[in-house]
Amino acid sequence: MKPPREVSPPHWARKLLAWYCKPELLEDLEGDLNEYFQRNLGVKGALRARLIYVLDVFKFFRFYTIRKPEFIHLLIHWIMIGSYIKTSGRSLVRNKLFSFINIAGLAISMSVGLLIIAMLSDLYSYDRFHERHDRIYRVINRYEFNGRKDNNFMATTSPKAAKAIKESFTGIEGVAVFHRGFSGDVAVGEKTLPLSGLWADEGVFKVFSFRLLQGNPETALKAPFSVVLTEKSARKLFGDVNVLGKTLVLKSGGDFGAKYEEREYTITGVIEDVPTFSHIRFEMLGSWSTRDITEAENKRELSWDNLWSTWVYVLVEDDRHADALLANLKRLSEKEDKTVRLTHVEFALQPLDDIMTGADLGNEMGPTLGASVVWILCALAFIVVLSACLNYTNLSIARSFRRTRELGIRKTIGAQKSHVINQFLVESVVISLLALVLAFGLFLVVRPHFLGLENSLQKILAMDVSPGLVALFVLFAVLVGLWAGLFPALFFSRVNAIQVLKNLSAIPAFKGVTTRRVLIVFQYCISVMAITATLVLYKQYKHFIHYNLGFTTANILNIRLQGNKAELLKKGIAELPEVKGIAQSLIITSVGNYWGDFIKNPDTPEDSTFVGYNVVDENYLPLHDHQLVAGQNFTAAAGGKEEREVIINEKVLQRLHVDKTDPGKAIGRVLRVGGKDLTIVGVVRDFSYGRANDGGARNEVIIRYGPDQAQYLNVKILSGDWPETYSKIEDIWKKIDNVHPLDAKFYDAEIEEGFQGLKGSMKAGSFLAFLIICISSIGLLGMVVFTTETRRKEVSIRKVLGATEARLLYLLSKGFLLLLVIAAAIGLPLTYLFFDIVLLPKVANHAPMGVMEFSLGVLVVMGIALLILASQTLKIARSNPADVLKTE
Amino acid sequence: MKGTNLGEFEEMVLLTIAVLVNEAYSVAICDELEKTLSRPAKLGVVHAVLNRLEGKGYVKSKLGEATSARGGKRKRYYTVTNAGKAALVKSREMREQLWSRISDLALKNI
Repeated sequence: MKPPREVSPPHWARKLLAWYCKPELLEDLEGDLNEYFQRNLGVKGALRARLIYVLDVFKFFRFYTIRKPEFIHLLIHWIMIGSYIKTSGRSLVRNKLFSFINIAGLAISMSVGLLIIAMLSDLYSYDRFHERHDRIYRVINRYEFNGRKDNNFMATTSPKAAKAIKESFTGIEGVAVFHRGFSGDVAVGEKTLPLSGLWADEGVFKVFSFRLLQGNPETALKAPFSVVLTEKSARKLFGDVNVLGKTLVLKSGGDFGAKYEEREYTITGVIEDVPTFSHIRFEMLGSWSTRDITEAENKRELSWDNLWSTWVYVLVEDDRHADALLANLKRLSEKEDKTVRLTHVEFALQPLDDIMTGADLGNEMGPTLGASVVWILCALAFIVVLSACLNYTNLSIARSFRRTRELGIRKTIGAQKSHVINQFLVESVVISLLALVLAFGLFLVVRPHFLGLENSLQKILAMDVSPGLVALFVLFAVLVGLWAGLFPALFFSRVNAIQVLKNLSAIPAFKGVTTRRVLIVFQYCISVMAITATLVLYKQYKHFIHYNLGFTTANILNIRLQGNKAELLKKGIAELPEVKGIAQSLIITSVGNYWGDFIKNPDTPEDSTFVGYNVVDENYLPLHDHQLVAGQNFTAAAGGKEEREVIINEKVLQRLHVDKTDPGKAIGRVLRVGGKDLTIVGVVRDFSYGRANDGGARNEVIIRYGPDQAQYLNVKILSGDWPETYSKIEDIWKKIDNVHPLDAKFYDAEIEEGFQGLKGSMKAGSFLAFLIICISSIGLLGMVVFTTETRRKEVSIRKVLGATEARLLYLLSKGFLLLLVIAAAIGLPLTYLFFDIVLLPKVANHAPMGVMEFSLGVLVVMGIALLILASQTLKIARSNPADVLKTE
Repeated sequence: MKGTNLGEFEEMVLLTIAVLVNEAYSVAICDELEKTLSRPAKLGVVHAVLNRLEGKGYVKSKLGEATSARGGKRKRYYTVTNAGKAALVKSREMREQLWSRISDLALKNI
């Protein structure tokens, strides 16, 4: 049998006791605990004995045993902190280069942290201005048709469900209903303004804390044809807020097939403007009860699967009622599902506070960021900050040679471990606070670019600097400082004073070299990946912007008519000398617009298919250089009042069973489009209809004739002085329409806008690549300095013995070169595979990846790394060996 | 807080110290208490009481010898002071006075 091993009580528990206990009681307590421990060891076994020991240590934590902090210690503490700050300052000034690198490295990564903090603080302040925000829930649902479930829940529900909840549910304090689309041009007397708003019921003022300046919250939205204006819109319309009882006329519809309507509404209230951080935004509210009258004929309105336009918010008495509410909703859906074929609506409740930060839903009221984006951003920021912290750690330890003598003396004089730890923590906090100042500047510079990444970001976030936010920033900086300084502090506190003072090379800093190498490889790997990915994205972006769409877009200005008569504008613009041609169209193709209908071949009526279409005039095809492969263009006279003719693209030929090589056969045949029989007069070469990268969705396209359906004027302009031409067009526009501002965009600019998402990720990618390259460069610098410092003597001796500078350079840098090569060897294939397998197959018509992007990225990264390597190694290699060796 | 009254458990601990004479240190007191009370006496509680008694001046303590079972730590021995003795005597007299006022008959009928 083995001799029984000495079992002792847990070390940490003993330390804990020694830490908190008064010194005069400690010995007795420790002795007692030991005695009991020995006793338990024999009876209950080692494990139980140790457990009891730990429990007893905690039980002894009583008022009379706790050591009271002494005033003098606190005083000394404060004095010492002052001294630490002073020495930190000195060491900062002494090593200017390192301090700069440290501060810059931390600052760059911290600026990312600040961005994320500002973003989160904005997102978490959303909707908190409602007094009862913690008790408001939104009813969301998931649509299931024929056993096929939607992936996401939708923020909207049906008006039918809204009515049922309002009328028959118990245990709720209030229900607020919003409905999409109370928008249009509002006319008061001579004045007309476009305003956008929502339909809303009277519950809105009960549930939410929108404050009414004028009017009665109980009744303001009760009667049909009532409208509540925000203060701003009231001032815009009337120049005043005392507008109760006045009337306004809302003109809505009129374009894209919606019926034009003019209705008179009575103003029953004016509310304070909606705060920025509200996910519900509107300029006016129309009473929901109006829809009972206007939509009385519309059978869709109250059908169970009309799930797309109504938002319902419920104020519950407390959280227990939320469960009851959900159960009630479930019962409701069981009952109502039967009214619509094959449909199931699954309900859920979403707390108001989660709307901006929670799950990604479809059909949101306004732009939201979605949890996944937030999480990705947070993760990226975390990686960046962590990696910068590691660098700080790395650099501090690498520089330890210069600080150890100071430490040795401190320890000899009587500094304890805890003092040394404090000193280095204070130092790193000082550095990170300095970095914060720089980071804050960077934050202010980067903020507009960050908000500009995506259109919706600007609408969602303000990122204004407030005292609370600054406090968060400082807290963040202190945490980063503590985290970055923790390992150097522990490292330095372990330094043995005697050894250090006797012999400098006895420091145990050589441990962990492998980990640091792995860190370098990891950082460079990420750098290479980030820069390569950015370059690949850039190539794709350029590719799609200059994509051959099958027609010309150069110098074409698209003017949105916004309900005005095309003829009127056309007449005005045609007089300008710069204008070379004018056409009209229903939509702008190839920028992500889709407009579709069913077509049927009269020969095979059972075979109907959905195609995309555009409605144009006779000038459209020539103006855009669309190529006709057979037949001819529309002629101005041929249309007349009745639509008779259609032009198809090559893809539609297959539907007619006409071979592509002989498109002429299709001419003269009849196609049934949405109930009308149209004669095919021409076949146009295939072109990009939806968008260059939409994977050919709706690639069967027909072109219809209908000048009266125009929504856009396509104007070909050849102008030397564009701003002047624009102002001329604007003048003409103002004569026709002084309500809406001119909306004119060049076709190419519009295509670029369509790829803004790609541009955004490219921008973000390049920023990230820049960051990571900075950070890894700093990491590499630390490592190189570390190595060269330790090998100073070796290099000097080699030099004395006759080694050349080139030889020494090679000797010092070959290890790092190997690391860089490994990093590239891992990073490049990973990037390639990521794009080749994961990303690009999802993007139709993408550009192939080239050698260019891959070699350029590596070259940049390697170039910077070599520069760092050379600068440090050269310094050592050139140093005078006598200077180095004489100190020995 | 420094009252002079003696709680029930305090009295038991004080008596135990008197019983153990020269051997009265925390663990021994605990063991002795467990024997007399026939229920476990918690070390933490006994320590707290000892601390309180010392505060009231009923016991005094001095450090004794170390043993290997205590991991080389010394024992703290407690002895009853004159004030402690007086408190014990007073408490006993109070009880006896009460006892003497109960007639045998009354006790029987309970």
